[in-house]
Amino acid sequence: MYLQIMEQIKLRVSVGDWAAGQEIPSIRQLAVALRVSVITVKRAYLELEREGVIITQHGKGSMVAPDAGLGPRLHEEELSGHLEQAARLGGVLGLSREELALRLEEASGRLVEDGLPKEME
Amino acid sequence: MMDLTVEFKGVSKQYPHFSLDNIDLELPTGSIMGFIGANGAGKSTTIRILMGLVLQDKGTVQVLGHSMPGEQAAAKLDIGFVSEDMRLYGAATLEWHMKFVSSIFPKWDQLYADKLVQRFDLKPQQKIKGLSHGQRVKAALLLALARKPRLLVLDEPTTGLDPVARREVLGELMAVLADEDRTILFSSHNTQDVEQISDQITFIDRGTIIDSDDKEGFLDQWRRLRLVMPQHAEVPRLPGVIDVGGTGRLPVLTTNRFDPGMLTVCQDLGATIQAVDSMTLEEIFVTSVQHRRETLAV
Repeated sequence: MYLQIMEQIKLRVSVGDWAAGQEIPSIRQLAVALRVSVITVKRAYLELEREGVIITQHGKGSMVAPDAGLGPRLHEEELSGHLEQAARLGGVLGLSREELALRLEEASGRLVEDGLPKEME
Repeated sequence: MMDLTVEFKGVSKQYPHFSLDNIDLELPTGSIMGFIGANGAGKSTTIRILMGLVLQDKGTVQVLGHSMPGEQAAAKLDIGFVSEDMRLYGAATLEWHMKFVSSIFPKWDQLYADKLVQRFDLKPQQKIKGLSHGQRVKAALLLALARKPRLLVLDEPTTGLDPVARREVLGELMAVLADEDRTILFSSHNTQDVEQISDQITFIDRGTIIDSDDKEGFLDQWRRLRLVMPQHAEVPRLPGVIDVGGTGRLPVLTTNRFDPGMLTVCQDLGATIQAVDSMTLEEIFVTSVQHRRETLAV
């Protein structure tokens, strides 16, 4: 469950709903708002702090890390995660590295045809 | 030192057909504990001892710094208790009950009570006997909440509620915890509710506490490993694995002490790790109870 909360917070940060340096709700406030336990939110905040997404100052509360490059970095992390998983599944299916690379190439090709990620180029 | 609202030390109680055996229980202030057990596991007996309604044969019980049952009158000023078998007066209205309770408890908060009437969608002029089960539960909860007790003890608060009422009740319990000095103990056999809002989780079965930990600890330590074994290889025996299921070359190991080193051990023995699944609280509870009953039966 804390993973879902982390995802949600990262999403808010990456789309800019929660700006860099902005104060975010306390653990208890967020727990009450989401109707989940305090310990779950605490866990999510600890992990987010470890990843450098937020900063918690004792007695002062938490805020989004004042790191401007956060959005791209979060996408970067997500990409690495997906790539690792793709590599693992490739292994399970017995694909060679070349075949796997080819599949990725094909996938990007399809996206460009659909005209989706223009801004990524 | 951690501030404890409830502390049981070595509490036992013997009945002809049931005994509560050597219960140790600690509930830190500001947290919410889900107390999970099957029907007849000893949840209500434990709660009755906590409330001073049943005298233990052995052991000590401290609640809000008062020793129970000796100092129960002082403790109860600050405990709100709701249980299924607690009846309100059928012929009286909710409003009459609110006046009655407020005349006894000085911390009664009328503004908050009015807000709860709205939030729970209740009608103060309605007589209790005309209320549905869900409305009665909400009415009893309102009477306990508006006293602003430091400890709320709820015996099966969400049992028999429809999804909307359950959501209202869980939401109100979480709102109570916005205040760090207040503590909640609630029993349930609905693991979903417990998983959602609890910080601490305690499993009880056949009168014994079988596990008690903070929730994230529980969820972290239990994993199901699904393996693919090479032909004619034996399923690896690992410490902390309490159940081996699955078939032939596709064993499923359940552990309550997961650590990533286990995966390396399995791989060294030639196994392919197909998946490492986390478990829901319900699966964890059922597996714990079965494992314990099997261990006792051997």
